[in-house]
Amino acid sequence: VKISLSWLREFVDLPESAATLRPTLDDLGLVVEGIDTIGEGLDDVVVARIDEIRAIDGADRVRLVVVDAGNGPLEIVCGATNFALGNHVPLAPVGATLPGGFEIAQRTMRGVTSNGMLCSGRELGLSEDHRGLLILDEMTTPQVGVGLMEALGIARDEIFDISVEGNRPDAWSVEGVARDLAIRLGRTLRSPALATPNSKDKSETFATAGIDAPDLCGRLTVSVLRHVVVRPSPAWLVQRLESAGMRAISNVVDASNYVMLELGQPTHPYDADYVAGRTIRVRRARAGETIQTLDGVERELAMPGRGLGDTGDDCVIVDGDDQLLGLAAIMGGASSGTRDSTTDVLLEAAFFDPMTVARSSKRHGLRSEASNRFERGVDWQLALRAAARFVEILKESTPELEWLTDPLDVRGDVPVAPTIELRVGDVERLLGVEISFEDSTIILRGLGFSVETSGGSLLVSAPSSRLDVRSGDAGRADVIEEIARLYSYLRLPRHTPTWPEPGGLNDQQRLRRQIQDVAVDLGVNVAWTPTLGSDGDFDLLSPGLARVRITNPLAEDESVLRASMLVGLVRAWGRNVERGTGNVLLGELGTVFAHPDTVEAPRVTKGGEGGTVLLKLPSENERFTILLGRANDDATTAVGLWSSVAERLGLEDVVVRSGLDVPTGFHPTRTAVLVDRASGTQLGYVGEVDPQLVAELVPSLINRRLAVLDIDVDVLANSSFVQRRSEIVRMPSRYPSAVVDLALVTPHGVHAQDLAHELRGASDLVEEVELFDVYRGINLAEGTRSLAFSVRFSSSDRTLSDEEVTGARNALITSAAALGANLR
Amino acid sequence: MTTSPLADLDSQKAELLVSIGALSTLDALRDAEPSITGKRSILSSLQKSLGALEPEARRDAGAQLQEARREVEDALQIRREELTRAQRAESLENDRLDLGDVVVSAVRVPVSMGHPNLVATTQRELEDVFVGMGFTVADGPEVESDWYNFEALNIPPAHPARGLWDTFYVDLGEPETVVLRTHTSPTQIHLMEAAVVNNSLPIHSVMPGRCHRRDTPDSSHLPTFHQIEGLVVDRGITFADLAGVIETFTKSYFGTDIAARLRPGYFPFTEPSAEFEITCTICRGDGCRTCSQTGWLELGGSGMLDPAVLEAVGIDANEWSGFAFGFGIDRCAQMRYQVGDMRALIENDTRFLRQFS
Repeated sequence: VKISLSWLREFVDLPESAATLRPTLDDLGLVVEGIDTIGEGLDDVVVARIDEIRAIDGADRVRLVVVDAGNGPLEIVCGATNFALGNHVPLAPVGATLPGGFEIAQRTMRGVTSNGMLCSGRELGLSEDHRGLLILDEMTTPQVGVGLMEALGIARDEIFDISVEGNRPDAWSVEGVARDLAIRLGRTLRSPALATPNSKDKSETFATAGIDAPDLCGRLTVSVLRHVVVRPSPAWLVQRLESAGMRAISNVVDASNYVMLELGQPTHPYDADYVAGRTIRVRRARAGETIQTLDGVERELAMPGRGLGDTGDDCVIVDGDDQLLGLAAIMGGASSGTRDSTTDVLLEAAFFDPMTVARSSKRHGLRSEASNRFERGVDWQLALRAAARFVEILKESTPELEWLTDPLDVRGDVPVAPTIELRVGDVERLLGVEISFEDSTIILRGLGFSVETSGGSLLVSAPSSRLDVRSGDAGRADVIEEIARLYSYLRLPRHTPTWPEPGGLNDQQRLRRQIQDVAVDLGVNVAWTPTLGSDGDFDLLSPGLARVRITNPLAEDESVLRASMLVGLVRAWGRNVERGTGNVLLGELGTVFAHPDTVEAPRVTKGGEGGTVLLKLPSENERFTILLGRANDDATTAVGLWSSVAERLGLEDVVVRSGLDVPTGFHPTRTAVLVDRASGTQLGYVGEVDPQLVAELVPSLINRRLAVLDIDVDVLANSSFVQRRSEIVRMPSRYPSAVVDLALVTPHGVHAQDLAHELRGASDLVEEVELFDVYRGINLAEGTRSLAFSVRFSSSDRTLSDEEVTGARNALITSAAALGANLR
Repeated sequence: MTTSPLADLDSQKAELLVSIGALSTLDALRDAEPSITGKRSILSSLQKSLGALEPEARRDAGAQLQEARREVEDALQIRREELTRAQRAESLENDRLDLGDVVVSAVRVPVSMGHPNLVATTQRELEDVFVGMGFTVADGPEVESDWYNFEALNIPPAHPARGLWDTFYVDLGEPETVVLRTHTSPTQIHLMEAAVVNNSLPIHSVMPGRCHRRDTPDSSHLPTFHQIEGLVVDRGITFADLAGVIETFTKSYFGTDIAARLRPGYFPFTEPSAEFEITCTICRGDGCRTCSQTGWLELGGSGMLDPAVLEAVGIDANEWSGFAFGFGIDRCAQMRYQVGDMRALIENDTRFLRQFS
């Protein structure tokens, strides 16, 4: 909200400048986003009268205007056309400096000398109006030569732009902000002048009011104002509204807005002649009803909304014929307002249920200054005070008005303020410092809380302006927050706690770090690609499969949760290739998602209103996907990379299994599955990206292999499935080892790693088995290849004899034969 | 009476279909196509011959010919697809490689330097600071129910504060019941629920993770971003402890010349709530454009756990109290490393990625 310093000064003595007050406001939780200055540079501007208007030869955009600003005729060249002879307008004479630092000098145009500048509202920083000169006669009775600020009754002012937190309904007003300042600075908060009814007639003789939906409307007051003359508001009021970012309209509407800004109570003035039966009632909208709001939009009412638990309640204002006058608390109907001819006004000031207003406003996508306040909770006791202030303000421009006595005042369900017990020590238990009951009481009473002492405790109850204050434990926290806020957070102590429980990372978190470190060591650049992609992206890998979709995406191509990081990474790699920076390994550690209908055991979690139902949610899988995109990378380099990763992660016996099904997106005949031998668990994939996918995503690249390693981090972290190297060290043998090479002709169906595993287990003397050559030749039997292994034998307690080595070698040959592999 | 030019159409068509079936490669198909459906094809010359017919006969014959052409073209298309599939199958087969036979010691790879991700590195640095202060680290899911993301955090449906989080809704179940988490705070609820079930209070944890908000990306916001959240639930925890943890963290991560301060704020799940600011890392407190001359930068939110949140997870607020705080990991990285435009973080230009070590 925008709140001017001069307005605050009506409520509390504030000799400080805005800049000085800024940190105080920040520390009160009234964060100042900015400070604007108005009236700056208006000191030299004076009132001038238009005495003559002449055309200039050869100029059709500007005219010569002769004005009198008290010192005789002055010729000015002027481009505006919205004025007539005898009008009074602002003149910035030669030598003046306008807001923004524009200096006025004598200028000659088309042979005519201009001795100053006639100004628009915007040039003076007084309004947004730039369509023509500011015509002073519309606002005041100006005297030639008088200073503009004096003529308009305006003063230099500074405007705070304050960001008000959601739990401070009271701070959406000048009075609310002034109240905080008054308490913090130890000064008195003044109440504004209020009118009292000045008629002999009672309100009920003229109008009636009623509430048919007491749960939606807690209080409805209607004040009757007669003999009102609708005319422009005085200049000072216009300036006030504009300082708060509102436009002046007419004295009646302006007074309503003024009171809302000042006290926080939205009001609605109706022309009594247009309200059937001079009756204002509040009821629940019925299904099928529609209303055209002031913004011209036709709205369907009482339609259940999308939000959880939104039954579609709309609260409406109706007249004596049950015709809709407005959407209560949000916006009036198209024909509900006052007009130039209005003489009798029905002023509605009410309290509406905040939750209903919030839901209606969201459902209709309609927010207004009024709804912003009502949905946070307007003080229900404020209605008639606001009406009195309204009349006081309006009286100035229409002194003939008459306010009927006993304004109509109907009650529905009003919130009951909870009483909260503040025990000795409560403040210290929450804040870590004791603030005395005396100090707390001063703060709370200043905020309008009622405070009583009872048996060593304080019994505190919140004012009706603070609907945010709850009951019980939560309410106690609310009250202590208010004490702390006014006491100042900056004065609260600090203490860094310690505890006996150790901190640290769990297995998966350690693995996540380790695997990234290993990958980086091996050349991977770690990227971050989008979680949300398009249907097209999804279909590239899982055509037709159920997908997790966003109902309200920012863009169509960001509407589906990714099921794989492959598409995002290939695209990122492709962009780099096109920039000539793609000769790299690119990887991402991230989450991919699967629709609950597509997984065997979907994640189930609490949901629904109140968390009372169980919902099936998408399953989430953490993976590390690495593209090997260097010029000569292919499936074998990916296997090499995997082997290094496995070595560093201590994965003793994960085998690279070719010939198994691999997911779409991977090269069908050049991708293997990583399988933990002992458990059979699949850990991921190694190989190449399907050339079709590369062609689709990076059309500029043809025939370049793109290798890939994709690791399921969740499975890898689950140590019950995966064999990791024992923590217990193996002491290397101090005795010489013997190395033998075995070339084994092996059927294609037998995996090299399975054979190596067999060899390792064939003798206790085997220390290491390593594949060093694969030979496929015509001189081998059909369906076989020769696998050459280097085998190292050793013993921890002796040098092996030749016989022992031969025996072990034979044992190996025998076990290989069991798999159908025979010595070449 | 002359014979219809289409008298032999059926046999001519059959002949064409047979010749299409005989095409064995895509190249052959491409070569044969003009003679089957092109201008010089039999179908086209038959079309020309129709000109001589009476209008009515021409119309009938035209329709007949059209039908035959469609059949031939369909056959051609089906054959094209078959051959494309076969060609792919063949080239995949030719490409086949038994990766189990890769001789790892023979794989030659160039030495290349890798680089960690800036966000991941920042997350790790932040985790390390908190681990050093005695915190554990907890993870949570990115897709949450409304209950965990909002309601258990004391943000009931239609609460005006929901406007603080522009939410992506997931199309599952009833409307607006499933969301992409807008903050890491739902992980707090999971942790507290688990601690109640396992009777394992106290909790001293930080929760880093990816979050999503429906914000148009600009130089300082991405719709997907990373947050780290802290949660302490223990006996005798006060606001002073919260302020102390934030101050210790700030000095440890940003440096001893960077101070932290708290000012009143509002979060539905904490009471009292506080925004926390740190000395501007650009001007070190002197005032500059980045900090709007205030010398302070807003970093995150914090506060004492609201009793309503403790109640929602079944923790006795008379025995336990606690605090929570949270802030953006990417924002920390941006502030510390002066990343001019956050969007660089998701562009993955390797010239950007290579700067990190």
